[in-house]
Amino acid sequence: MNAQRTTHGVRWQLALAAVAVAALALTAGVALAGQQTHKAGVTVTALIGSSGPAETYAVNNAARAWSKQTGNTAKVIVASDLGQQLAQGFASGNPADIFYLGNDQVATYAKSGVLAPLDNLKNVNSFYPSLKAAYTYKGHLYAAPKDFSTLALVINTASWNGAKLKNADLPKTWKQLASVAKKLTRNGQVGLCTNPEFHRLGVFMLQNGGWLVSKNGKTATVNSKANIAAFNFVKSMIKNGSMKLTNQIGAGWGGEGFGKKECAMTIEGNWISGAMQHDYPTVGWRVAELPAGPSGIKGTLQYDGGWGLAAASKNKAEAMALITYLTQTKVQMGNAKAFGVMPSVKADRKPWSTLYPKFAPFLAGADYSKSIPTVPNIATVLGDFNQQLQGLPNTDPKTILNRIQSELQSVLNQA
Amino acid sequence: MLKRFREPGIRGHEAAAGWLFLLPVIVILGVFLILPILMAAWVSISDWNGNGSPLGAHAHYVGLANYRHLLTEPGLDQNNFGTSLRNNLYYVIFVVPIQTVVALFLAVLVNRRVKFVGFFRTAFYFPSVTSSVAITVLFLFLFDPTGAINKLLSFVGLNGPAWFYDPDGLFHIIIKHFGVHNPPSGLANHFFLGVSYWDWLAGPSVAMSVFIVMAVFTTSGTFMLLFLAALQNIDDSINEAAELDGASEWRKFRHITVPMIRPTIFTIVTLGLIGTWQIFDQIYVGTKGSPLNTTLTPAFLSFNASFNSNEWGVGAALAFILFAIIVFFTIITRIVTRDRDTVRKRRFRGALAFVGIRGDR
Repeated sequence: MNAQRTTHGVRWQLALAAVAVAALALTAGVALAGQQTHKAGVTVTALIGSSGPAETYAVNNAARAWSKQTGNTAKVIVASDLGQQLAQGFASGNPADIFYLGNDQVATYAKSGVLAPLDNLKNVNSFYPSLKAAYTYKGHLYAAPKDFSTLALVINTASWNGAKLKNADLPKTWKQLASVAKKLTRNGQVGLCTNPEFHRLGVFMLQNGGWLVSKNGKTATVNSKANIAAFNFVKSMIKNGSMKLTNQIGAGWGGEGFGKKECAMTIEGNWISGAMQHDYPTVGWRVAELPAGPSGIKGTLQYDGGWGLAAASKNKAEAMALITYLTQTKVQMGNAKAFGVMPSVKADRKPWSTLYPKFAPFLAGADYSKSIPTVPNIATVLGDFNQQLQGLPNTDPKTILNRIQSELQSVLNQA
Repeated sequence: MLKRFREPGIRGHEAAAGWLFLLPVIVILGVFLILPILMAAWVSISDWNGNGSPLGAHAHYVGLANYRHLLTEPGLDQNNFGTSLRNNLYYVIFVVPIQTVVALFLAVLVNRRVKFVGFFRTAFYFPSVTSSVAITVLFLFLFDPTGAINKLLSFVGLNGPAWFYDPDGLFHIIIKHFGVHNPPSGLANHFFLGVSYWDWLAGPSVAMSVFIVMAVFTTSGTFMLLFLAALQNIDDSINEAAELDGASEWRKFRHITVPMIRPTIFTIVTLGLIGTWQIFDQIYVGTKGSPLNTTLTPAFLSFNASFNSNEWGVGAALAFILFAIIVFFTIITRIVTRDRDTVRKRRFRGALAFVGIRGDR
């Protein structure tokens, strides 16, 4: 009995020792392996908010190619909630080295000091100046533009032909827009539908010569006469039934209302092509430039995407090299082919338009489109603008614009 | 004596052992609960902007500035805060009573000895064990303007609202039927926390009402279980005695069941209050505060202010104000139930005395 117990104990000790030795060997192996990769180069992490598998795949491919070329390792992480994960990274002091950054957030982050300036990026002169401006805060560039998109008029071709409209009828002015919207409002379909968002309805502000802020960017001009007139125009179309906001027809966004044939026209960006292809392949559509306002001013809004660099990054040189690689003409054209975005470099303009002749109006918009002002916390104000615009059908536009005016002014005062 | 000092008795080491066994819990609670709360308290009185650790050089003490900003400075943040309070208040006012009554009703139903009672218990409890995210997504589909609910309504000739897209307040909708379309200027021109009196009185929006229905649907099952346990603790003999005295079902319920499960009612109302004031995931997944901010809640606003607007101090201050609100309502509930108890006892004693006097005669 006693002897048995002893052998039992010894066996246990032996087993423990064996496990310990194995664990030691393993850690040693891992450590050695780790050292080997370290000798070859550093790891640069890239946090992205992907639009889907196509984008993830394309970015991963580009990252892999860069790793192969430089001997460093680029690790792509797809965020499920980019804003939250970025904030977490900044707070922990150990953020991803580079990350997607929209121009609505760039000033907020730059002000809090979590971004490193990218003024010395190698390919800094290849970008559109307007895109660089959208990422410039207090004289420094805080993100490398990676792509952008503009808004244009998307038209259901069957409805267009059904209303006996011709190519010449494409609306060039507000009047024409109102009249084709009226003609297209038939058979249970509304002429025009779009999201109740600044980033849709704001195009009418621009077309009427209005904008959110004054030229020097110091004063809010949200409730200017031009803007009030612009929203009154929108409201007149809503009132006569030729236009509906997507919340009125229960669609999540313009593309959904358009795809479900709730409306014959919508104001959307080029990402609508993916949705049409996958979700509504039977709906024929075309794109036209947005109409000009009463005094002939063209105007559209743009969304900008960029790569930001963390101030806390330990490998800034390598990270900047990766950004340069990811924003070069060739890679951007690859992305354009993979998921349809518009490249941020001037040199890609021609190849893009030959690749997507159908989307010419989107690219044409680049000449006169505007990005939102680069002001800290502007995203919060625009968020409220979007909330208030949901009530546009039942509210005097002046009430909404006055409210946003005072909110934006207080944000500008703190900037 | 000396010996006792040197060699503790057989139970001498128990205290140490007790601490040892408690240690994991203390460490876990400390690291994941106490420390974060203390950190958040610090952030709420600092100007930390999310850059590096809040305990590092980037954060400075600013006193109650963040609280003042929310409570006294007119502007977007106060506006949102007032709106979120309004929304959540209506949510609480509707959800807590309804879910408590429904849960009690269900518990009474499944407390009987009927066929398939096991099936019904499971069925009623089922929504509680399903993740709130999954149920929210389900409701998004059900209450789509072209979804199943509106389809059903159309069969009986009703034109359903746009549900999650409809920002109109229930009370506003009701008084519209009585011809009140525009707010009286007295209500529209006076503001509390940036929200006009007229809007304070709007009631939950149609969108919020869907969340109210959802909350009742999901949590009634959980509370049914608590009520069921309480009901089964009531001795049958009491009910039998009442039956012998000729008490009707309703009187038995009103005068025996309800008083005997009062502690459970308090628990459930308190749990309900805490849960409803903290509503977050449904909003995050479902509407993100839309339409027209009518589903914005303090918890979601706190998240939004911190993570999206980078106003961490304001976000943390919001969380503590929410905490104060919850504590306040819990104390109110406690006082209400406790007061009633003492009043009852007094009445009961009075009744006894009354009987005694009569007996003496």
